[in-house]
Order: sequence, then C-alpha cells, then structure tokens
Amino acid sequence: MANVTFRTDLCKGCGLCVSACPRGIIKLAKDKINKKGHNPAEITDREKCIGCACCATMCPDCVITVEK
Amino acid sequence: MTVFEKPKSLTDAEFHYCPGCTHGIIHRLVAEAIDALGIEGRAIGVAPVGCAVMAYNYFACDMVEAAHGRAPAVATGIKRSLPENIVFTYQGDGDLASIGMAETVHAATRNENITVIFVNNAIYGMTGGQMAPTSLPGQVTQTSPYGRDVSVAGYPVKVAELLSSLDGPEFIARVAVNNVKNVRNAKKIIEKAFQNQIEGKGFSLVEVVSSCPTNWGMTPDNALKWVEEKMIPYYPLGVFKDRSAGKEEDKA
Repeated sequence: MANVTFRTDLCKGCGLCVSACPRGIIKLAKDKINKKGHNPAEITDREKCIGCACCATMCPDCVITVEK
Repeated sequence: MTVFEKPKSLTDAEFHYCPGCTHGIIHRLVAEAIDALGIEGRAIGVAPVGCAVMAYNYFACDMVEAAHGRAPAVATGIKRSLPENIVFTYQGDGDLASIGMAETVHAATRNENITVIFVNNAIYGMTGGQMAPTSLPGQVTQTSPYGRDVSVAGYPVKVAELLSSLDGPEFIARVAVNNVKNVRNAKKIIEKAFQNQIEGKGFSLVEVVSSCPTNWGMTPDNALKWVEEKMIPYYPLGVFKDRSAGKEEDKA
C-alpha cells in the first residue's frame, strides 16, 4: 500500500492535488486550519491510494511525499 | 521506497507564492533536473525581477540577483568566466519578454551556453496584474480593463517562435504545467535544456506556460483550465528548435 504524507503546515489549500487525484481521495479539510490560515489538503481513504504521485506532481509547495 | 519527495536542490524555505501559483511547480522541476544530473555543486542560478525575485532563497545552489531583465547578460558573464559551472536563469514574462528582450535575443543569437527557464503567465504578477507583452488579445488586466485591444496595444510576443527564427540558439521549446501529463513532459524538456549545456551545445530556452490565479481573478483550478482553453491554443506546445537533432520546427 502506498503511503502519502502531507506536510500540513506548508499547504496553502489551493486544491490542485484534489483535482489531480485519479481516485478522488484527497479533499481540503474544512474543519481544520493550518498555521498559514488555510484549510489543508488531506487524504480521506488511504486504502484506495495507488501511489501514482499525481497529487505531489501538481503540488506547487512540495507538501506531499509519496512512498510505496 | 520513496516515489516522490521534495528535491534536494530546493532549500527548506517556504515559497512566498500565492496559493495555486505554478511557480512552485516550475521551481521544483528545475531542482529535480539539477538533482537528476548531479550538478548541484556547480550550478549557478540567476534570479529575475518579478514574482520569482526571491528564487535565490529557494534553490540550494549559488544564486545571483540580476537587474530587471538582465539575467541572460549576467549569466553570460558568469558562464564565460566560469565555463565549468552550469548557469541558468529563471525569468518571468515581464522580465524576459519586455524589459529584457534585447538581452534575451542577443544571448540567443550568440548561442551562449546557458539555460533559460522562461515562465509565461500572460500578466505582470508581482506589481498587481498589469498587461504584459504576453497578455492575450482581449485579456482583461489592470491596465486593459476592457480587454487587450490589439489595435492599441499590439499583439502578444510569442517568445519561443521568435527566438527559433534565429540561427543561433541550440534548443527552444515550450511546455505547460497545467496538468500531470504536461508537468511530467516539462520535467523531461527542462532536464534536456540543462543536459545541452553540460554537453556544451549552447543556448537552451524553455518557455513554461503558467498560471496566475490571483491576478487573473480565478481559483487555481479554473486558472489551469484557462491555460488549457485559452493560452495553449495561442501558445502551442512543442520543441521549436533542436539544432543537434536537426529539428528546425516541429510542433509536437
């Protein structure tokens, strides 16, 4: 199973990873605010992740690390 | 096994760019190319004036800040005095295509052995969204509130096409970073632009069609759609010139 980690404090909540994810399992956490004041992106269902790194490819802030 | 992590040629500094700004993606692609080619120790970057003015904080190699538009001239001096080093400039459209057009054209026609990364987002970002030389016909900006009127403001400058008409430059290409496929292709092209310099082939310029969600007044997602629908038809992607491959013009 792929392991995706978000460096949440760097996230600016732009949502590019949300639309890049082919499995549709990333969303912006509407109930959380990071230290920059944004709703950070988070993964909703780790089991479904295929480790394609599409999210990390589109992330402008190097928030995401993908391991397999 | 790590599939994807932050490249080592980027420092730990947080990007100051607006949310969804593709400068971050392009910085990362440049850093990935530096990592892949193992040239971190001898790379020297030249930062522009514009949104990327603080690029020197983000790349973990030696960096020099140039006066507005003069990055190719500064890079020429560095490369000629330190020929073993790998010299690249990172410039926006206001920097390269407007005030720096003379330096760019002359560095290209001299076939200086440098790598130029040119970020085209069709607007002046840092100063608040004025019309740039690359703004599309009809595009609404701070200084063209009724849309760019080509009868008054003229037509956009297509830098890749313009430079590929010269005999001098080695490699001219245009890529985009609006989706995963294009980002992965951009990575290959940027790496090639650095590889050309290592092999001593000469001037390599990669134009990256980019977005500016803040000044376009769009969400980051819609800005990337606008790139796809409006910018790429006007600025077609592809390799325009690759002299050593014998390619004068081949729009992929």
